[in-house]
Amino acid sequence: MAASAADPRAGLLTPLADRPPAIALSGIDKRFGPVHANKAIELAIPAGTIHGIIGENGAGKSTLMNILYGYYTADRGEIRIDGQPVKIASTQDAIAAGIGMVHQHFMLVEPFTVLENVLLGAEGGFTLKAGMAKARAELAALERDYGLEVDLDARIADLPVGIQQRVEILKALFRGARILILDEPTGVLTPQEADHLFRILRHLRDQGRTVVLITHKLREIMAATDNVSVMRQGAMVAHRRTAETTREELAELMVGRKVLLRVEKAPAKPGRTVLEVKDLVVRDANGVVRVKGVSFDVRAGEIVGIAGVAGNGQSELLEALAGIRPIERGTVTINGQPLASFGLSRPTGLGHVPEDRLRMGLLRHFSASENAILGYQDRPGYSHHGFLDLAGIVRLCRGWMRSYDVRPENTELQAQSFSGGNQQKLVLARELEHDPGLLLVGQPTRGVDIGAIEFIHKRLIAMRDAGKAVLLVSVELDEIRSLADRILVMFDGAFTGELPGGEAEERRIGLLMAGITEAAA
Amino acid sequence: MAGARGELPAWVNLGLLPLLNLTAAFLVAGAIVLLLGESPPEALKLLIQGAFGYEEAIGYTLYYATNFIFTGLAVAIAFHGGLFNIGGEGQAYLGGLGVALVALYLGHWPAVVVLPLAILGAALFGGIWALIPGWLQARRGSHIVITTIMFNFLAAALMTYLLVNVLIKPGQQAPETRTFAETAWLPQIHAMAAWFGLDVAASPLNAAFLIALVCCGLVWLFIWRTRWGYELRVVGQNEAAAVYGGISPARQIMIAMSLSGALAGMMALNELLGAQHRLLLGFTGGYGFVGIAVALMGRNHPVGIVLAAILFGALYQGGSDLSFDMPTISRDMVVVIQGLVILFAGALEHMFRPALAALFARPAAGAAVPP
Amino acid sequence: MSDLFLLALQLSDSTIRLATPLVLAAMAGLFCERSGVVDIALEGKMLGAAFAAASAAAVTNSALVGLGAGILFAMALAMVHGFACITNRGDQVVSGMALNIVVAGLGPTLADAWFGQAGRTPLLGDSARFTGIDLPLAETLRPIPVLGPIYAEVISGHNILVYVAALAVPAVAWVVYRTRFGLRLRAVGENPSAVDTAGISVTAMRYKALLVTGLLCGIAGSYFSIAHSASFIRDMTAGKGYLALAALIFGKWRPVPAVMACLLFAFADAVQVRLQGVPLPLLGTIPTQAIQALPYLATVLLLAGFVGRAVAPKAIGIPYVKER
Repeated sequence: MAASAADPRAGLLTPLADRPPAIALSGIDKRFGPVHANKAIELAIPAGTIHGIIGENGAGKSTLMNILYGYYTADRGEIRIDGQPVKIASTQDAIAAGIGMVHQHFMLVEPFTVLENVLLGAEGGFTLKAGMAKARAELAALERDYGLEVDLDARIADLPVGIQQRVEILKALFRGARILILDEPTGVLTPQEADHLFRILRHLRDQGRTVVLITHKLREIMAATDNVSVMRQGAMVAHRRTAETTREELAELMVGRKVLLRVEKAPAKPGRTVLEVKDLVVRDANGVVRVKGVSFDVRAGEIVGIAGVAGNGQSELLEALAGIRPIERGTVTINGQPLASFGLSRPTGLGHVPEDRLRMGLLRHFSASENAILGYQDRPGYSHHGFLDLAGIVRLCRGWMRSYDVRPENTELQAQSFSGGNQQKLVLARELEHDPGLLLVGQPTRGVDIGAIEFIHKRLIAMRDAGKAVLLVSVELDEIRSLADRILVMFDGAFTGELPGGEAEERRIGLLMAGITEAAA
Repeated sequence: MAGARGELPAWVNLGLLPLLNLTAAFLVAGAIVLLLGESPPEALKLLIQGAFGYEEAIGYTLYYATNFIFTGLAVAIAFHGGLFNIGGEGQAYLGGLGVALVALYLGHWPAVVVLPLAILGAALFGGIWALIPGWLQARRGSHIVITTIMFNFLAAALMTYLLVNVLIKPGQQAPETRTFAETAWLPQIHAMAAWFGLDVAASPLNAAFLIALVCCGLVWLFIWRTRWGYELRVVGQNEAAAVYGGISPARQIMIAMSLSGALAGMMALNELLGAQHRLLLGFTGGYGFVGIAVALMGRNHPVGIVLAAILFGALYQGGSDLSFDMPTISRDMVVVIQGLVILFAGALEHMFRPALAALFARPAAGAAVPP
Repeated sequence: MSDLFLLALQLSDSTIRLATPLVLAAMAGLFCERSGVVDIALEGKMLGAAFAAASAAAVTNSALVGLGAGILFAMALAMVHGFACITNRGDQVVSGMALNIVVAGLGPTLADAWFGQAGRTPLLGDSARFTGIDLPLAETLRPIPVLGPIYAEVISGHNILVYVAALAVPAVAWVVYRTRFGLRLRAVGENPSAVDTAGISVTAMRYKALLVTGLLCGIAGSYFSIAHSASFIRDMTAGKGYLALAALIFGKWRPVPAVMACLLFAFADAVQVRLQGVPLPLLGTIPTQAIQALPYLATVLLLAGFVGRAVAPKAIGIPYVKER
């Protein structure tokens, strides 16, 4: 890393003449055990601007912002707010310094009302009564000023995520935040909802507040920010004015080398139908219908991508197809055999890379080799009369680790000791090497470094070229567009459209993701 | 959880850490002995002498240890299935009912028939008493900790009723059954030794000890070497991953609880067929709860459990000798020490971990970078 | 006065006496569990307090000092629970279990050594314990039909701790639902991260909740040895702590329903004592064990979802670790 790149004045962001920077960080350093999460960070954010911080998963963005918010404390370094040095040892200090944060996972108490959530930590007295009355008046003003309408007496659990996010913003403003940090705020929003959020943020900026937007999506940086800082592997590598940079430049800065935003692949040669879904209805764990009668098929030798904002039924669809979530109505057939006939055990010929590897795909405390048979433990080769063939399993696992370049190549290491990319490669090896005719893949590159992403994408295309049917669910639009041969867009449990892969236009997918079909538009 | 704080070498994790926890428990116990006005080193000496100092004492120590091996294995097998079974006490009690029914009503049959049936009865009754909470957890989501506590009370009420009103030996005040027929007694070790011409001091140590050791081996094989054990451990680690892997958590929960209850129930073999030779009120004497301490100390591994069971057996036997030699220290002191061991080896198991991690942790290679 | 009315009066009176420690312990458990920490050591804290109260009262001959000692000891035990579960993130059930066992042994051990009376403390004189208080006008109002005897027999004549328990219920409900502390308490048991990011220390909140638990358990335990009885005896709480926990769950972790469950369980107990060996019409003689088992059975049925549904605070049992 060039020294000049870490200089806060590089790609100079002119502060407003009359105000010191809202936030000035110098020499912020943080380690988590062996992991160096933040390396001597230098950053100056001019007051009254929207400042983007972009970087890959694991680049250290969230850690840095959590330090600023007092959730973690830095090992070294200085923080200045509005020119004044401050010591932020706790969240309380950060709030007192005028910093508010909207976390990626909302920090709301679900059984509480909106008002109770806003009040928590800012109750204004020993009893609640007086504080509540006062808060109502203040919140009404805030709602009016910023277009943040919310029913104060609604229970959080009953509100859609977009509204919950408003509650989080209201919470911060109610506490008098002059600096608002948003951590990946659009993960749960459609492109259109995200644009609405950005309007609110611009409004906040125009009122003189400072907004920090953390994201790994280039689109959002370009759409919403005034300035942008790029992080890579724990270090701050560049600062740019958004108007003077390009997506390509930012992508290169994030990764540290030229990146191909496209994956090379030959046109698909679809064969016979492998997966056939008819009128499928699925409920989630709370009994809410999340998949509302979808029909489609996937053929051998093609990748079908399902695009959509997280939470529109893709997860439930994927799990139902994998046979691990009950089907309410409709039929699923794999190679002509009904899914229901497999009972509890994994259907033969089905590979499944789950959306969240540590929630499902791997057992943290099991060794790599024990993880190598998860889902296949009842296959005849792995046990004799019920006794596991441990030596054979270890041999198998070692072979996979070699061919999938899993590091360190230690079959006895617990799954949690591998990095995200290596964990994902372990899952991929297991699911691909059992020769599935049909492969279900959910968020294959979530929390995975760029190197592993390229590897995983190549492997998936190789599967397709080997004549396997692949169904890909991803919230990363770029991933869907570059991998899928056909794209199905899912909104509110149903498909709003089908597009050919490759040339599908982002704006059109975006509208479909918001439920706006051609006819309606 | 351990890994998040840096992985410790096995000898630290399995050897040094439990030893430190145990030492801490004994230091606090020593402080209490001081409070009682006695000398802790003297008390410890008497305790060890009382537990291992002479042949008969060793017999008693192992006799108590037998109970703890069974109840410790019971806690451990449930634990591997992700369940905290604190109903061992009730399951052992019901196991006693199973044993007694066989011994009382089929006792006149030859020993080769009665003894296997009695073992079966113990396992069956204990297993069913654990299966009900298991079923409630698996199918109705009732929290197993609370239901097993409730089942301990239900077991106590049921057994009291049966002993007072149904099974009591007629014309007797104490709520006890009549003595079992001798064919239904488990041979005592000193008697077995005599078959081979060996001279061993008489003690209640009996064949149940050998059955317990066999159970240790079987549990080890089951958990770490079979497909079923693998499935059980997967459920114990992560139910979502189990479902993903085509394993039914509900089924595994019921299997784990049945096996756990069966092992707890077999404790009755040692007490009833090996020593008391009749069913009596409260014969479980808290051994079911001690199983928790044993499993925690033994890190839920059969070898560890045998060692921990011997430790607690020694505490029991040594403790009663101690209270004889040092009258200010009553047998209740043993209960205090048990509690302290559970506290330090269980609830406070992480207390020394950060310090040890700083000393011994090897940097986890390729550790995940936090977001 | 009819026999039936007399019976009702007697049953109500003993229900109140039996319910007092249950109510206090259930309210104690409410604070701990609502803060996200499982407490199966209500039993141990009560038993410990019973011993400490009886010992201190025996030595000082003062009921108030006894109560103070009981409360302090229960709070100390709660702090050990907190140290294990909050600071060291240990298993909450294991910690509770350990405390129950330690206390079960410690009381008799110390009683033996200090007082030399085989696991019990010396019998207390009236000045060293809380005795019944006749409320004003109890005798004057007695002749009033129905209400008079109810006032004189059921409401008046209890020791002060009974009235403390009665007042504790509205006080707890008020604190939990109407105060800042209550809002934070309910939040920390549901989503500790939300509390943490709101600038409130999760650790401090949970410790505070545990202190309240200790306080209430201390009063409950003292009730056993220096109010209801006049000495500490081995295992004198006899599972009442677990029963209070059952009542708390039965009341879905809410103050008023939990108290109702306590009264129900206490009533069952009063009936059982009263009905021993008395044949009932149609039913015949009901074994006492069946009535004793009733509360436990009811809790199991509730937990199984056969009678309503009990949803625990979401974060209960999970040590708080900042997300990484």
